[in-house]
Amino acid sequence: MPRLIRKGVRIDDSFAEAFPMSGTGLVITAPTRKWALTAAHTMTGFATSVIGCGCEAGVDHEILPKDTPDGRPGVRVLLFAMSSKDAEKQLVNRLGQCVLTCPGSAVFSTVPGELEIKVGDAIRQFGDKWQMSKVIDGRRYWRVPVMDGEFLCEAKVGLTKKSVGGGNLLIMGEDWASTMRATEEAVEAIRDVRDAIAPFPGGIVRSGSKVGSKYKGMSASTNDAYCPTLSGVSASALDPDIGCVLEIVIDGLTSDAVAHAMRAGLKAIIALGPKHGAKRVGAGNYGGKLGPFHYHLKDLLP
Amino acid sequence: MKPLLFTLRQEPGQRLDLSGLTPDRLLGRSVKEIEAIDIGTTRVRVKVGEMFKVRVGDVKNIRFEGGSERFDLVGAKLLPGFEIHVEGDVGAQLGRSAKGGRITVAGDAGAYAASQNAGAHITVEGDAGDFLAGPLAGEIPGMSGGRVVVRGSVGRRAGDRLRRGIIIIEGDAGPDLGSRMIAGTILALRGVAGDVGYLNKRGSIILAHRRELGPTYVDCGAHDFTFARLFAKGLAQDSRRASRLLSQKLWRFGGDTAVYGKGEILTPV
Repeated sequence: MPRLIRKGVRIDDSFAEAFPMSGTGLVITAPTRKWALTAAHTMTGFATSVIGCGCEAGVDHEILPKDTPDGRPGVRVLLFAMSSKDAEKQLVNRLGQCVLTCPGSAVFSTVPGELEIKVGDAIRQFGDKWQMSKVIDGRRYWRVPVMDGEFLCEAKVGLTKKSVGGGNLLIMGEDWASTMRATEEAVEAIRDVRDAIAPFPGGIVRSGSKVGSKYKGMSASTNDAYCPTLSGVSASALDPDIGCVLEIVIDGLTSDAVAHAMRAGLKAIIALGPKHGAKRVGAGNYGGKLGPFHYHLKDLLP
Repeated sequence: MKPLLFTLRQEPGQRLDLSGLTPDRLLGRSVKEIEAIDIGTTRVRVKVGEMFKVRVGDVKNIRFEGGSERFDLVGAKLLPGFEIHVEGDVGAQLGRSAKGGRITVAGDAGAYAASQNAGAHITVEGDAGDFLAGPLAGEIPGMSGGRVVVRGSVGRRAGDRLRRGIIIIEGDAGPDLGSRMIAGTILALRGVAGDVGYLNKRGSIILAHRRELGPTYVDCGAHDFTFARLFAKGLAQDSRRASRLLSQKLWRFGGDTAVYGKGEILTPV
């Protein structure tokens, strides 16, 4: 594969192949930062991949009290699914089980989208006819009485079908520690990019997959070309100096957000350099025939 | 662009129906055509041109220079995106059934201001008369959206049969504030009189001063309301005092239990 080199880090002339997704999200506020984060982390738990979780979700960023609708500490979470129906189902379920239940929480819409999901209108019935509606500035909120006071929930949140899922970086290094160092730096940089999340544990996935399997009925299996322990026996894509590969998967509300996040990640990896960090960066694709969004690494270099 | 200007020539000799002088109804009309509009309400005909000096300008933004308590139905059925300003007083039914837009009155307003308003943002710098935002006789719901801010005092039964929307009264409110309220929000920042929230179904009344509420309002204790914080931020531009009132812990009295009992009166602790 032809390569570029930036500050000693080898950059594959490859591209990440991504897919259209339905994206939505919430601003969750609470009396303290701790409980806003607790609600956000609970709601976005078990949401690493649409394959088994129904959606991909994560924390976009924290919001200072002066910038939230109710003046309390807030967190913006984003949720992506393969269809608007899936997104609605996942959001309403997660809201009902993880945010309604979380002490002190309140929920506001944050994604301007062409569609709307009725969230408060679903959750209000928990109020057993004691719920009250309040409209201000054209937006309806439900006040649902709960045991610590009231759960305030916006009636509708926006949903956009213009989201993109599956932007990615394959970070390759000599060993686990140095590869992890570079990947963590990249994840940290991606966290600062608005409208994009890295849904896997700590933003990182170590079990990248390829399409298909030798077993019947399995749609995906381990990406043996990037498994360092198979570098001699499989059709490996790895160089002799690579001993560990980690991947960052990125979902964004817009294609631009995904590109920004990948650019930020690449910049951080290159800044760290090959001595303490990654020796090579690649990207995962399926030959370009499956996904309409292609992010070429060479276009994203700093 | 300067606003379309109506300068009052003299105090009108009869009540005027100004419902025809809203931006959407004047769009595309020449000054001559505007001056020929009949605004009289008696057998003696009154034309716009006799009452006002008209100066061309942006129709989206109408300004009345000089007012009178005989100016009825100013901004009636106003549509979103338009603005009316009156530098003076207005009569009855200011902003009646307005769908949206913004109306500001520098002086006082008469009875039934914001009657059945459905979305307009109406500000009265002076006082307002009886039945602020209420329905006319025979109508069932009152105001069903929008926001009304009165800097001065209001007359009897402000917010009668309020269905939706927010009313802020910075001065004193007359007897029976929020009577027969269906829903919506009323903030009274000074004194109130009579039976506050009489037969209130599920509306919220927020009083700056605690008072005796009668036996049909039941003590529900002091709480931090998230919706109040949201409203505090949303109303800060219209009324700093309203915003401050909502930023604190509030004592909730549930009622009126003579009807559903799902409404509330909130007062500072």
